[in-house]
Amino acid sequence: MNFDILSYGFMQRALLTGIVVAICCSIMGLFLVLKRYSLFGDALSHTAFGGIALGFFLNIYPIWTATVVCVATALGITKLRKSTKISGDAAIAVLFSAGLAMGVLLVSASHGFTIDLFSFLFGSILLTSMQDTLLILAISCGVIVTLIAIRKPLIHFTFDEEQAKVHGIPIEKLNYLFVALAAVTVIATMRLVGILLISALIVLPNITSIMMGKGFKKTIIISISISVIATIAGITTSYYFNLAPSGTIVMLMVAIFVGTLIAKHAGLFSTKTLTDENNLLTVH
Amino acid sequence: MPVNALDVENVSVNHNGVLAVNKISFSVQEGDLLGIVGPNGAGKTTLFRAILGLQSYQGRIKLFGYEGNQYTSLLSMIGYVPQKVNFEPNFPATVYDVVSMGTLSRKKLAKGAALIQSCGCCWNRIFQTSSKDSEKIEEALKIVGLESFKDRRISELSGGEQQRAFIAKALVKEPLLMILDEPVTGVDMDVQNKFYAVLKKINKENKITIVWSSHDLNAISDLATRIACMNRDLFFHGEKEEFFANKDLLKTYSESAMQLHMHKHDM
Repeated sequence: MNFDILSYGFMQRALLTGIVVAICCSIMGLFLVLKRYSLFGDALSHTAFGGIALGFFLNIYPIWTATVVCVATALGITKLRKSTKISGDAAIAVLFSAGLAMGVLLVSASHGFTIDLFSFLFGSILLTSMQDTLLILAISCGVIVTLIAIRKPLIHFTFDEEQAKVHGIPIEKLNYLFVALAAVTVIATMRLVGILLISALIVLPNITSIMMGKGFKKTIIISISISVIATIAGITTSYYFNLAPSGTIVMLMVAIFVGTLIAKHAGLFSTKTLTDENNLLTVH
Repeated sequence: MPVNALDVENVSVNHNGVLAVNKISFSVQEGDLLGIVGPNGAGKTTLFRAILGLQSYQGRIKLFGYEGNQYTSLLSMIGYVPQKVNFEPNFPATVYDVVSMGTLSRKKLAKGAALIQSCGCCWNRIFQTSSKDSEKIEEALKIVGLESFKDRRISELSGGEQQRAFIAKALVKEPLLMILDEPVTGVDMDVQNKFYAVLKKINKENKITIVWSSHDLNAISDLATRIACMNRDLFFHGEKEEFFANKDLLKTYSESAMQLHMHKHDM
């Protein structure tokens, strides 16, 4: 086994894109998981499938159409949930099926782009063009910078919406920004693991890091580390063993999750439940 | 002359088609500790939600004499502790993380200070004006006696300790007014007593105006400077001695709780 993989342009692009997308997806994913929006990401990815199919159908660069469809749907469904009080899971079910149905309809109405569509469904990080790479990097960096800029109100909003509102945080605007960012994160992640496995990248590193019982900063650092390590290891392994990178990355994340779960049950990350008996402090 | 921290004028709230609060009027002076009593479903929480801008209402509510946009600006300077904060149990926030959520930006603090100054009120700041946020957080944790718990996850704490963390979160913003909605309901006596000690300290030493709803009449009688009694309508608002002398109020409040209180004072 030699380590000359970095001499290939496609490998450099794949690793660079993979690492940046992994960081972006990890940070965004933590907020989605904590807001119990994990499946919202999954539903958005199915809408993205409809958008991609629309792009191929209209002969427009599919990432553009997917971005527009995905962001518009995310904002629309948020508005719909607010004005009609449709429950979260019902809204997700509508999104999920509408996106998929639109994709299937467009695929059946035309012929010839099935293979390209498959690369979006199952990921094709090793086949990304320079145009894709630059766009994905720009989107991911934009999401990361925005999330860092709004981290304080976003953490408060995720922790308790009502308290955040009393604190003067414009929660409605923040919510729209949050779902729009989630939509573009899905677009950025599509190439890495494919539409069908996006939710794995959103959920797995975060539920693994949450299990470790640390504070917010450490949880986010652990989650990013898991994502980046799994992505680098997944891409490299898939290259040497001729496997699909998306499946390899996700399976590595599953392995880390299972390992952590076993370690937690073995008492490695045991969390102490405090009682007032061991609270020896007195009020000053 | 003390300025009114809060004016509630003829406020009515319809909550899901039910008249939860009916034309209630009262004022809270700067530095007061108003205890609000009333049975469950009396509209106390709904009234608090209206004051906090979380619920639409009819009537007028003024904060330090301000309404409209200035009221909204001052809202962020209210320290609010609800009966129960509903947060995701797996939320990976330490006690320190939670308290830090309460810090306000210098811009908001400056805006609030300017408004308070122009209405002739006194902003009794808990911390040194030059304190960094990290110092304020440490100090707030010390006030509620949780400084050794700062690196613990909030979900690992008992109910009473969590409430103390939320009080620290409310304190760290250097509130002009604290609104506490039955904050220690369901926690044991020991923790309740610790909480009451904190309440007494921030009201007496830091001169923070407090509006506090509770079913604990003994605590109310010990700590409150004034009392309001409501059950959709306001039945009483005035000095606490006057309240406990008025036996007719038994009708609006749990008879057993009142008798227990009177028995204690007769002994």
